[in-house]
Amino acid sequence: MIRTENLHKSFTIEGKGTLHVLRGVNEHVAKGEVVSIIGPSGGGKSTFLRCLNLLETPEEGKIFFEGVEITNSKVDINVHRQKMGMVFQHFNVFPHLSVKENITLAPVLLKKKTQAEADDMAMELLNRVGLADKVDEHPGRLSGGQKQRLAIVRALAMEPDVMLFDEPTSALDPEMVGEVLDVIKRLVKDGMTSVIVTHEMGFAREVSDRILFMDEGVIAESAKPEELFAHPQNPRTKEFLSKVLY
Amino acid sequence: MIEYFENIVKILAQYWQIFVLKGIGYTLLLSAITVFFGAILGVFLCLGRMSRFKPLNWLVVAIVEVVRGTPILLQLYVGYFLVPKLLPFTVSDFFSVCVALIINSACYVSEVFRSGIQAVDKGQTEAARSLGLNASQTMSRIVLPQAIKNILPALGNEFVMIVKETSLASTFFIGELMTSYLIVKGRTYLTMECLLIVGVLYFVLTFILSKGVGAFERRLKAHD
Repeated sequence: MIRTENLHKSFTIEGKGTLHVLRGVNEHVAKGEVVSIIGPSGGGKSTFLRCLNLLETPEEGKIFFEGVEITNSKVDINVHRQKMGMVFQHFNVFPHLSVKENITLAPVLLKKKTQAEADDMAMELLNRVGLADKVDEHPGRLSGGQKQRLAIVRALAMEPDVMLFDEPTSALDPEMVGEVLDVIKRLVKDGMTSVIVTHEMGFAREVSDRILFMDEGVIAESAKPEELFAHPQNPRTKEFLSKVLY
Repeated sequence: MIEYFENIVKILAQYWQIFVLKGIGYTLLLSAITVFFGAILGVFLCLGRMSRFKPLNWLVVAIVEVVRGTPILLQLYVGYFLVPKLLPFTVSDFFSVCVALIINSACYVSEVFRSGIQAVDKGQTEAARSLGLNASQTMSRIVLPQAIKNILPALGNEFVMIVKETSLASTFFIGELMTSYLIVKGRTYLTMECLLIVGVLYFVLTFILSKGVGAFERRLKAHD
């Protein structure tokens, strides 16, 4: 479903020179697959994820999504982004819109649904994540966990083929992590193709079909969760896992 | 002291129309025209400033820097002498001064717009783009509605500033409040009294306006 070839990305930081964040990433995420990406900070996990829907533009390499090379400058990325939902660390819900408007804005504006259809779907989605009573509130009234559940539902309203999660629980108070992970778990169980950047090792182990360990801009190891956690092959994976509590 | 007071009462009795009707009238008119057209021109400057077309970018930066880096009185002089020369038809002094004030205000306001837009969290743009919205949909539906809350109060404050800055237009005798002072002082030779009257009027004007802006700002915040 998503395939990357030799992705390279660097950032120029003023005063610090150039940071080569991705150094040739080759990966393939199959339809229905759930892939979690773990690894130390600065290893390129989030950058890789953000490259997949071109929020970051790689300098080198190709990305194929459902058979189309989206890194080709002739491709209208906006069309393909509609099929790739993204959930951010800091929620990024729209504070000037009500909960319902947050969900219905994109489907209606992009003419995927009429307002009435979108409203119905918003209610159904909100029911699923237990936010039905907040439908007319503004996000300012929601807790962090509720905001993130709203953000997930907002992405789902576009009926994406794949969901990208960028550290979805890292900005949450500990007591709210569970409610968000539960929503993602259910989603994954229903067969949603997902790529999840996370620091929640227990969660990654439980839901993933495959774990990627990223370090220094490359995928250092890729394996089934049982294998990667029990018998890490790469010394850097071993070192990382020995430092992480889960 | 009593004498001062008596003089002020006498001046007001005789010349109140010059102060209140003409002076305040022209000051408010000049300020309103300046802020209104300054805001419109400011939008275009801001667009140029944020455009991806680099030469346009540099041009706007140059204009804004020059205007911000030179005294407004000098700009009024330039407008006063230059505008009539550039236009094929005769224009009033009021018009020329207005043009200079508008350009000055537009430059300040364009920076207000820009910082208001840039103050909106980048994550908002990313979220909107990740849903498939294009750049202009993102700007009009997500960024601008949030930026407006940063911009409107600052625009109100700009209006208060302009009210005070229009006093410089009296150099060209165009009838606003400070011109009233020059007229009445010229007839009565009572400098301090006239200054006091005009000072109080300016203060009342800006005080009411800035309280109004403050109340408006609180209402915007209450909506969040």
